[in-house]
Amino acid sequence: MSITFTLNGEARAVEAAPMDRLLDVLRGPLGLTGAKEGCGEGECGACAVEIDGRVVNSCLIPVFQVEGATIRTIEGVAGERLTRLQEAFLAHGAVQCGACTPALVLGCEALLAEEGQISRAGVREALAGHLCRCTGYQKIIDAVMDAAEDKR
Amino acid sequence: MLIGTNYQRLDGRAKVTGAARYVDDLPQPEGCLFGLTLRSPHPHARIDAIRRDPGYDWQGITVVTAEDIPGENVVALMTDDQPVLAAGLTRHVTEPIALVAAPTRQRAAEALKHIHVDYTPLPALLDFEIAQDHEIKIYGEDNVFARAATLRGDPDALLRDAELVIEGIYRVGHQEQLYIEPQGLIALPREDGGLTILGSMQCPYYIHKALKRVLGGVDFNVRQTTTGGAFGGKEDYPSIMGAHVALLALKAKAPVKMIYARDEDLIATTKRHPAVIRVRAAVDPKSAKLLAVESQMIFDGGAYNTLSPVVNSRGVLHGAGPYVCEHVRVTGVMVASHTPPNGAFRGFGAPQSQFAMERHMDRIARHLEMDPAELRRINYYRPGDLTPTGQRLDDPAAEEVFERARAWVEAARRAPAPVEEAPGGRGRDLARGVAFVMGFHGAGFTGNGESGLAAKVDVSLEGDRVLIHTASIDMGQGIDTVFPAIVAETLDYPLDKVSCAPHDTATVPNSGPTAASRSVMVVGGVSQKGARQLREALRAALGAGPEATFAELVAARSPEAPPLRVRAQYDDDGAIWDAARYWGDAYPTYAWTAVAVELDVDRDTGEVIYRRLFQATDVGKAMNKVIVEGQLEGGAVQALGYATLEEVVIDARGAMKNNRLTDYIIPTTMDTPELETAIVEYPFAGGPYGAKGIGELPHDVPAAAVAAAIEDAVGVVLDQLPMTPQRVLAALMMQEEEA
Amino acid sequence: MSRVYRPKDLAEALQMRADHPEAAPLAGGTDLMVTRHSAPREAYLNLFNVEGLSGIEVIQGGAIRVGAATIHRQIACSPEIQRAAPILAEAARVIGGRQIQNRGTIGGNIANASPAGDTLPVLLALDAQIEVQSAARGARLIPIEGFFKGYKQLDLAADELITAVIVPDHHQDALYFRKVGTRAAVAISQVILAGRVKRVEGRVIEARVAFGSVAPTPIRAREVEAALIGHPVDPRAADALDVHPIDDIRGTAVYRRAVAHRVLRTWLRAL
Repeated sequence: MSITFTLNGEARAVEAAPMDRLLDVLRGPLGLTGAKEGCGEGECGACAVEIDGRVVNSCLIPVFQVEGATIRTIEGVAGERLTRLQEAFLAHGAVQCGACTPALVLGCEALLAEEGQISRAGVREALAGHLCRCTGYQKIIDAVMDAAEDKR
Repeated sequence: MLIGTNYQRLDGRAKVTGAARYVDDLPQPEGCLFGLTLRSPHPHARIDAIRRDPGYDWQGITVVTAEDIPGENVVALMTDDQPVLAAGLTRHVTEPIALVAAPTRQRAAEALKHIHVDYTPLPALLDFEIAQDHEIKIYGEDNVFARAATLRGDPDALLRDAELVIEGIYRVGHQEQLYIEPQGLIALPREDGGLTILGSMQCPYYIHKALKRVLGGVDFNVRQTTTGGAFGGKEDYPSIMGAHVALLALKAKAPVKMIYARDEDLIATTKRHPAVIRVRAAVDPKSAKLLAVESQMIFDGGAYNTLSPVVNSRGVLHGAGPYVCEHVRVTGVMVASHTPPNGAFRGFGAPQSQFAMERHMDRIARHLEMDPAELRRINYYRPGDLTPTGQRLDDPAAEEVFERARAWVEAARRAPAPVEEAPGGRGRDLARGVAFVMGFHGAGFTGNGESGLAAKVDVSLEGDRVLIHTASIDMGQGIDTVFPAIVAETLDYPLDKVSCAPHDTATVPNSGPTAASRSVMVVGGVSQKGARQLREALRAALGAGPEATFAELVAARSPEAPPLRVRAQYDDDGAIWDAARYWGDAYPTYAWTAVAVELDVDRDTGEVIYRRLFQATDVGKAMNKVIVEGQLEGGAVQALGYATLEEVVIDARGAMKNNRLTDYIIPTTMDTPELETAIVEYPFAGGPYGAKGIGELPHDVPAAAVAAAIEDAVGVVLDQLPMTPQRVLAALMMQEEEA
Repeated sequence: MSRVYRPKDLAEALQMRADHPEAAPLAGGTDLMVTRHSAPREAYLNLFNVEGLSGIEVIQGGAIRVGAATIHRQIACSPEIQRAAPILAEAARVIGGRQIQNRGTIGGNIANASPAGDTLPVLLALDAQIEVQSAARGARLIPIEGFFKGYKQLDLAADELITAVIVPDHHQDALYFRKVGTRAAVAISQVILAGRVKRVEGRVIEARVAFGSVAPTPIRAREVEAALIGHPVDPRAADALDVHPIDDIRGTAVYRRAVAHRVLRTWLRAL
């Protein structure tokens, strides 16, 4: 079937079987490899993308369900310049191997876009679905708190 | 001054924008096939026949069995016991039997179902604790892959006659490395008839060594792609997997890609070695000094040897912990079992053996009814002390890390971390505990290993750019940033003009494996030497004097001049090491740590809730504070997983039963404490700017700190890893019954 | 290749359900997509973003009607649910990580009927009702307790869909939720306890003690409820608990039984 949606601000159409995973469609025909497959069952969060403003695991999304949706992937996060959060990730050393990083950046951007104050406990809770094996998370949380300074 | 500051990772921008390409992200080569592996369902069986279903359409499908191997059917690591593909006999469940390549993963999976293997099951020996000299033979006559022993003084007499001898037995289980990017490699036929193997790996030259034997005369090169974590898991395993993709590509005459799905990665690839360790110590009850220590460890190697002898050796060399004792014997036996081979994982035997020793120190303190910190203070190494191999240590680092951790623990007792309300109602009947332990880790290869290997690095000037050509790869730990920083600092040259060239065996010399906490300290040092050689070569070429800076020399050189390239090599460091007696300088140097954990135990459930983890760690000299903290913090959290969450459940065939991320659980943000890291710097003269290797040290002792803190919280003694809620609760309930 | 039916609204969904009983209802996909390869279905009936199936509204008597395709995140953040049934919001807050909460639905949690489903004991404790509809017979309301008939078995006809959950207003009762999952987040529950106690002049007049992960279905511990009724809360009522969990890959029966008793006792002590 043909599926149309908005991807990183552009209208796109793609041919796919309805039950194909969004992850495979993004990484294959659409050539966006920022979302990674870490487990294929929604546990690691490395494949996270944003659909209609909510961060979800694209390995669990049948592509037919994104008909008409607005999708943002990591490739659509930075413009010419990195975002405040991406800069904070670099400054704080929140990046090591980088396999979890693109999805994690999206998760953090979504959190920063939410209403209200941000606490370390709140950051931990919001990011629990993103496994990172390199950093121990400390520097990731530091980076988010730093980027959240602008909100205060 | 660059070294010691927090310059940003050179690969950071590509990683935060999603632009970094890992092996599965590379554009699909024309005609690329997908490879899958048929694996043994039996722990021990004769393979009578491998049959292809004649009714199935094999058009476009390539099948490889042992018969297709042009060279030798052996995975060359240390010994030649492991076949690339089982031939005639399978010795562990998940052992590769045959390979399939097809245009898609689905097609390959379907084809796998049409290969039928006739097995005659044979009796299997799964329990490593009874495997030595068992009538079922797996390896040699006695099922022993390796033995190692150190002996200093005469521990036997003291252990026989001393007033107080304390004995304990400690057990640790498997642990999965769980890099987020699964194993993945591609074999690409080259125009000249050779092959390029590229993908996620730690040691391009390990794969190179293995494939030379397997591929007969075929020429090939091995190239690393951005590697999404490894932790030892991509040190030995890619050798067999590299052989698999190469064999498929040779036979199919097409590119072949293998990316393991997570369930396959979990069930089939190497894990940390389980161990059982018996420690005995003779202690002077008055002075609390260790009079004699004996540690006997047995490791489970699995069905094949891989790098296990080195794990055994490193386990032994760390077995007595960072404590001085004149009479010491440590022995290690690496035994075979009919289970998937265990292999490299951060720490390499030291986390197992130091868990046992740190628990034993707490046991001794319990016996003496003294503060375990005081027991450690009395016994840790002072400058001038000798290790069990007779190596003289001159670092005063143990004292400093000890004092920092002790002060932190005292402060934590005065001002405990607050209990925040947790979602899901966690933590309604809590007991607080705080404790710390100590650890050390020999950096670099054992003994004269570095001198024997003589790591090589090329440094070249191309235009105004300096390139470092090394086989040490960046798996996230920051090599591709720190090596350029060392070179930039050495040459007083801008960091943005220095980088690592692609890590490809066609173009980089053998710098050795990315392992053993050796990269910065050893290969970084060779890179620094190469940088100096390059400057001298440039001076000589231009006829310039010693006053000219590197930047001036580059400016004076014609931009069109051909690349100038030099090769640096590790100098014999003069280590004196008797490998037969295990005597002498076991490691070039040691890094030191003290790790404190503050936690709550939930009395209802046995869950351990971490509040804070503090580590004071001697790194020699931090090349980059943020990057080195990242290593220490990440290693510590991986060790917290080892401590309380991560359990590999084995079924009756020796296979991992919980091979999904829903069931093999690693720490999330919610399981992780706030981490406080104090970097201590006692420079090592043999490392660049004083750096010591610290990649593995942070995994060595946090689990023991957790056990000590649980004991502090609720008074139960746990001597087995992992300390899952079930084990903690069982201990609590036993305590309640006794009370 | 699997067929997919994509209704525009609830009415069409019910008709498709009747016409294609082989099609597996698919909402957030957080369970079904995991088994897409290992247990593929020949057809799926989409229920995500179908008009009339999601949303939270207060109905008569202060009860709350939660559309079956309402995502966990919406439930966790709903002020209405936080007021009337805060333990339901709490349960939704600990299902998977944020990405799962942003996609998984309460109807899916019920339909999946896992003994470890996090919202299910809560719905038992809250005396929730399940609203199901069919094109042929319209709607019926089923008390949650009768809805789980056995392991992964529901009181649901082949032409029916779960369309909503009705949760009475219990804000005046003492409510409790405890999830034990080994890991602090993104955990499959080893034991879930949901409890509700209504007291008049210090005496318990209504008690609900519900557990997940200790039986083939979420269950009520009626023996404990009976022990609580009629007197001030006595933590010893926990000793009446009689559950028979099983060993599985994530935990042992012994552990689950002990933990069920201990978390229950801790709750009763706190009451």
